[in-house]
Amino acid sequence: MNVSNLIVIHLASTPLAIVSNGIDLELSFTQTMQGLGLSPQVAHIIWLPLPMLLVLVAALVGVLVTVWLERKISAAAQQRIGPEYAGALGILQPMADGLKLLVKEDIIPAKADSLLFTLGPVLVLVPVILSWLIVPFGQNLLISNVGIGIFLWISLSSIQPIGLLMSGYASNNKYSLLGGLRAAAQSISYEIPLALSVLAVVMMSNSLSTVDIVAQQTGAGVLSWNIWRQPIGFVIFWICALAECERLPFDLPEAEEELVAGYQTEYAGMKFALFYLGSYINLVLSALLVSVLYLGGWGFPIPIESLANLINQPINSPLIEVIAGSIGIVMTILKAYLLVFLAILLRWTTPRVRIDQLLDLGWKFLLPISLVNLLFTAALKLSFPSAFGG
Amino acid sequence: MTIAASTELICFVILSGVIITGGLGVILLRNIVYSAFLLGGVFMAVAGLYLLLNASFVAAAQILVYVGAVNVLILFAIMLVNKKEDLKPIKGLQVRRLLSGGVCAGLLALLIRVDLTTPWPVPGPKAIGEKATERIGEHLFTDYLLPFELASVLLLMAMIGAIVLARRDVLLTDVGTGDSVDQGLIEKPISPLLIDKSKS
Repeated sequence: MNVSNLIVIHLASTPLAIVSNGIDLELSFTQTMQGLGLSPQVAHIIWLPLPMLLVLVAALVGVLVTVWLERKISAAAQQRIGPEYAGALGILQPMADGLKLLVKEDIIPAKADSLLFTLGPVLVLVPVILSWLIVPFGQNLLISNVGIGIFLWISLSSIQPIGLLMSGYASNNKYSLLGGLRAAAQSISYEIPLALSVLAVVMMSNSLSTVDIVAQQTGAGVLSWNIWRQPIGFVIFWICALAECERLPFDLPEAEEELVAGYQTEYAGMKFALFYLGSYINLVLSALLVSVLYLGGWGFPIPIESLANLINQPINSPLIEVIAGSIGIVMTILKAYLLVFLAILLRWTTPRVRIDQLLDLGWKFLLPISLVNLLFTAALKLSFPSAFGG
Repeated sequence: MTIAASTELICFVILSGVIITGGLGVILLRNIVYSAFLLGGVFMAVAGLYLLLNASFVAAAQILVYVGAVNVLILFAIMLVNKKEDLKPIKGLQVRRLLSGGVCAGLLALLIRVDLTTPWPVPGPKAIGEKATERIGEHLFTDYLLPFELASVLLLMAMIGAIVLARRDVLLTDVGTGDSVDQGLIEKPISPLLIDKSKS
């Protein structure tokens, strides 16, 4: 195997006892292409960019929806109406925002370092989009079932602070530099409890792959979700994910009252839009990963198998497979957007913490708690191997 | 040549080019901030080489540790102390540069000689791919346990040292003797770190 295999949709999914293999889109696509008289290699090359494009489009549409939700929910929280003229219920407002940013003048300050100034936002956005590689929407519905799965996300998200430091430094502005430094400090501090709480989940599923983590949570529907086995880990992960996304109550790097807008102060037009996109894609990604790690991913609250038995259909029949696949996608997105709703509500109802409170919370509270959680999980795994994935 | 093999070759050439030019940039550029950012790029390219060797866990760990932690901390330190002032001219800078260049060239020659004279088994051992994570864990907890623990002790010592240097207002008296200790390191550079016993 080499790099090209890493970006290929995983063909041979691990056969699982309970979960059916589901739909394999790549196989049917290559077979159709070969039916048209193309060689398997050419069919494979035509297939390669399709899932990536699909996920990229899904991520961008997810951002548009999230921006609209944020505007509407914040309006409701402040007893306003919010956007209402652009499309029904203002649903085209995010498009209008995006278009506005697209045609705005791209300003680079005279004394800024133009190379680093341009590279910074790119370095912030690219790792976030790359992390969508591992988000599963179904048994075979992900770009790549890499073995290191969730670890890839953790390591990719550690590249982000470099981009933030770069743009903070290149802006040649004290507020930007302070914002960049704060962002880096915050993301380093909260990465450790985040990784430790992920480690507890990985310990229970014996695998780093996101597909295996979800597969381990299927069986008894809502009862087998990780949130019941890892309630502390769930809370730690959610807090750390919010801190990594720099959402209120942890948006210290761009605290308006203190730092103007942190590392984004000097940015305008499309470069600012890259930061904006990056933060919202990251929010949706974090919500998706919370649902994968703790809320059973694409699993329906009642096991699909028992539903299929109820209407006397074999689980492998084409109709049931299509329905199960659609339910999987809908469930993943539904869970993720419930969490996004929670994050937006938190943003508009909580005050910002101070920088010392933030670092105290990270190092003196979350880190010890997550270590204890890890030890506790290990002990439970040894004593009750059947319930905690021995 | 198949598509996979040619992709691999192209990736290898690009990554090696990035590593060599980036490495040269790290040591030759005058602006220390550029050097630090380039170092991050070099680390990423090395991670890419690990990916080519089908060691995805090592690649991800390389990014997490070197790019995410080491390089960010280097940048952090540079940006906190960067005052944008010219360095003092050092005597005999050219001679020093030539000497260090000579040492580096000698090292390069040595490595190339080792590379050419060693009988490398071609093709090398087969990569185990996805199972590598488990294998690394097994090794860390069995035959590499001692080096692993020693490395953690080293890190612990470094951490304690950093805390002692940073929190210099804590210990006002020597723990052993009870004498007062001056730990004002930065404000008063003249005062000694350890108690001078010869005076009393």
